[in-house]
Amino acid sequence: MSKLGLVTKGFLKENPTFVLVLGLCPTLATTTSAMNGLEMGIATMFVLILSNIVISLISPAVPDKVHIPVYIVVIATFVTVLQMLMQAYVPDVYETLGLFIPLIVVNCIVLGRAEAFASKNTALDSALDGIGIGLGFTVTLTVIGIVREILGSGSVFGWKFISGDGILAFVMAPGAFIVLGYLMVLFNKLAKR
Amino acid sequence: MAAKSNLKNMALSLTLVCLVCSAILGIVYAFTAEPVRKAELAKTNASIARVLPAFEGVPTQQMTSWKGADYPYYSVEGAGYAIISRVNGFGGPLTLMVGIGEDGLIVNTVVLSHAETPGLGAKCASDASFIDQFKGWNTAEKRLAVVKDGGDVDAITASTITSRAYALAVANAYEVYKQLKGDE
Repeated sequence: MSKLGLVTKGFLKENPTFVLVLGLCPTLATTTSAMNGLEMGIATMFVLILSNIVISLISPAVPDKVHIPVYIVVIATFVTVLQMLMQAYVPDVYETLGLFIPLIVVNCIVLGRAEAFASKNTALDSALDGIGIGLGFTVTLTVIGIVREILGSGSVFGWKFISGDGILAFVMAPGAFIVLGYLMVLFNKLAKR
Repeated sequence: MAAKSNLKNMALSLTLVCLVCSAILGIVYAFTAEPVRKAELAKTNASIARVLPAFEGVPTQQMTSWKGADYPYYSVEGAGYAIISRVNGFGGPLTLMVGIGEDGLIVNTVVLSHAETPGLGAKCASDASFIDQFKGWNTAEKRLAVVKDGGDVDAITASTITSRAYALAVANAYEVYKQLKGDE
């Protein structure tokens, strides 16, 4: 696969949410607004790129029987580093994402890419894969966030264009499932063409 | 090619990875501890500035207890008290900072943390028409309870439990204030 292909496949062919259907917990929980979705996507991308690079470098030296614990330790380290940095420099973002930052450790996208890609490829390719999948995840989360914010609060990125309340259900969990479902249908219909 | 999975290799690689990772975490922690503390302090000071009239200096936190619960508070010379009050909301703990002036009137209230339903109870942190009704509240004239309970607090639509918790938090803070005043 070409280097560019590694980056772009995250959007369509291997879109983590719509095609691989991985990491749905943060997808459903943090996309209450466009901004939250975007921030969560970027945080996940940060961890994904770094863990992909490190895992591709150390995987030849890691015995097969302990590779999962080793990968998890590496991923958890990056997540904790990210958490401390966010707490120090962007406390507001840290507060809105709260619990979901530590949960990036168990996000199956991160471990999934480590297993399926980074452990078998070079560091450069793994970094590109991290960027690609990370961007795909970020864009998807932002799109879901935009749709839910428009329907649920009548605003986009905090900019309100209708007065009053939106359809409340879309801010809450049921709306997350409905929006995700319809976007998935739409995505797969368009992608098949 | 992965290394052989014998006991020595496995123990060695896990130990090494854990050692390196804990070293990295230790270093990052050392670097971020100070900014984290500063960010938290800045947030607290911003909250105090919002709930009390303008003041000078940096207030320090003190503790008091009322009815078996601990209440952290900040006493500001010439401005009043900023009391942190924590109650159970609809979705979890609801923490408010309540500013009460020297004259015993509530200056302002601000939500420090909450776990209320987005779009419903969560409005208690952002809905100005709800929050602003507490500004200048005189407990001698108006009761701190929602209208449904015979008080004077206009509840957020469809969020009576959150509004009730909010009113209770303010009322508790006021009781703490009275006790602090009595102590002096």
